[in-house]
Amino acid sequence: MRSEQRESLGRRARGRGGEGDLSEQGFAFLLLTPAALLIFIVILLPLLITFGYTLINMNLLSATKGRFTGLANYASVLGASWFWSSLGRTLYFTFVSLVLETGLGLLFALLLAGSFPGVGVLRSLVILPWAIPTLVSGALWKWILHPDYGALNALLSWLGLIKEYHAWLGQPWLAMNMVILADVWKMAPYSAIFFLAALQFINKALYEAARIDGAGVFRRFRYVTFPHLVPTLLVVVVMRSMDKFKAFDLFYVMTKGGPANGTKVLTYDAYLRGFDNLNYSAAATISYVIAFLVLALTVIYLRLGKQEDVND
Amino acid sequence: MTKQRSSLRRRGFTLFQCAMGFLLFLFVMVPFLWLLVSSLSERRDLISLPLRFPPGHLSFARYAAVFAPGGEEIARAFKYALFNSLIVASLVTAVGLVVGALASYSFARLRFAFKEKLLYALLFTYMIPPIVIVLPLYVAISALGLLDRKVTLVFLYLSMTIPFVVWVMRSYFGSISKSFEEAALIDGCTRLQTLRYVYVPMARPGLIATGILAFLLSWDEFFFSLIFTSSLAAKTIPVAIAEFTGKNSVDYGMITTGGVIASIPPLLIAIFFQKYIVMGMTGGGNKE
Repeated sequence: MRSEQRESLGRRARGRGGEGDLSEQGFAFLLLTPAALLIFIVILLPLLITFGYTLINMNLLSATKGRFTGLANYASVLGASWFWSSLGRTLYFTFVSLVLETGLGLLFALLLAGSFPGVGVLRSLVILPWAIPTLVSGALWKWILHPDYGALNALLSWLGLIKEYHAWLGQPWLAMNMVILADVWKMAPYSAIFFLAALQFINKALYEAARIDGAGVFRRFRYVTFPHLVPTLLVVVVMRSMDKFKAFDLFYVMTKGGPANGTKVLTYDAYLRGFDNLNYSAAATISYVIAFLVLALTVIYLRLGKQEDVND
Repeated sequence: MTKQRSSLRRRGFTLFQCAMGFLLFLFVMVPFLWLLVSSLSERRDLISLPLRFPPGHLSFARYAAVFAPGGEEIARAFKYALFNSLIVASLVTAVGLVVGALASYSFARLRFAFKEKLLYALLFTYMIPPIVIVLPLYVAISALGLLDRKVTLVFLYLSMTIPFVVWVMRSYFGSISKSFEEAALIDGCTRLQTLRYVYVPMARPGLIATGILAFLLSWDEFFFSLIFTSSLAAKTIPVAIAEFTGKNSVDYGMITTGGVIASIPPLLIAIFFQKYIVMGMTGGGNKE
């Protein structure tokens, strides 16, 4: 009732203003137009056209280019072993880097939430790897992992941990793990910042109460800290896994999908098929599979979001 | 006695924290310092076996080469790419904030049909991987003759930043009490004036936070720049670095120099605006 009163007050006041004759809805749509137009042209329209590419033969080098093929592209992609290998590598990359990133991020945050000499400086430093452009960190790690002149080989042999130099990016599985290392170095601090923010909202009195009840460090973590971090944890996991499906930069600069396709993830595969082989159909179809995976995660994300801000 | 023991244990714990903190410091800083040292080292130190550490002689010669007029191919490429990155990221930030703020105001304060659906559609577009839309964009942009132009990158990056700006700014605008707006309306402000003189100043921290993240997002972007630029007219710094990393005889001294230069703007932002970054990332206007 009060708000109605306010509305009418506002409306009367608006009568004097310039856009007085414009309805609230009209004004809202006016404000939305630039953003909506841009997003429609740059994202939604291409999204539909890409779907079209998956239904026709868009292999630019094929003689029957442009012919409608129905779901044949999906059948050929989903029936190909290379697709499942790429998907497997994508899931491996996503899973392993996610576990390391959230695990380390949580540990970093717990450490940084404490008070000890130097913690303030450390809190500001921890964000730095995240701030460096992804491509720079990829190039940096490629240099660190260089088989001849790389710092990692030099360091490990100086410490006596390895006898001879390794080609860290020279074997398929090892190379994938090295890309994961580069990703974790950059993004574990990012998770840490989220967790640190969440930790600061935990009521200190809860810890006191738990301590008085005789709970040790681990029990306090298990029953006080961790339950408070679960919502943040879920958001970080879902958000980051969406980013991982899109990961491209590190693979491009560190391994180019090699060696022996060992780091060819779905996004990179789609890029190669589209821009190297000019097979737009295959690229579009793979990217639609990625989009569906991301869509599934978005739905999960929205569910989590709804649970979180009920007041909205 | 128990007091003594607990103080001893506390000191032990602090020591443990310090040790772990030192490890974290190494994890974060060593790769980064290596980037810096490599950029300052002479070529013969970089390719000596075994690695020569500490390097014999440090010099800023490569940085001077990048910023001096003319210069060899790679230095010139970095200079132009840096300039392109600055132009593109600044334009995206400025336009993205204005367009995004207008849209987020209407999501936060106005009532209109399909509001919720439109908001979720916007969030959905933010999630779409660039690879899914890149092929038709490439066809259209090359047909329009807009390949290798900075303005093309600006439009592409805007489509990525605007949904984000809207999503975060909506909660900032929403957290501002309606009574301020009503007071302004009664004083005879138009709705646009209310937005300009009430909402924008009050949501300033939010605007700074989202602006910073929009800038960092554009600065970091690689995929679209790789596909849609080809010459120094539009190439951004990540693409320039990637290009020279892929060459056969890689000059890592120069690559790391480019890496340091490309990192300076985001690092400065991260150091001086850390509070805002954390605010923008965790997206909480209401937690302020």
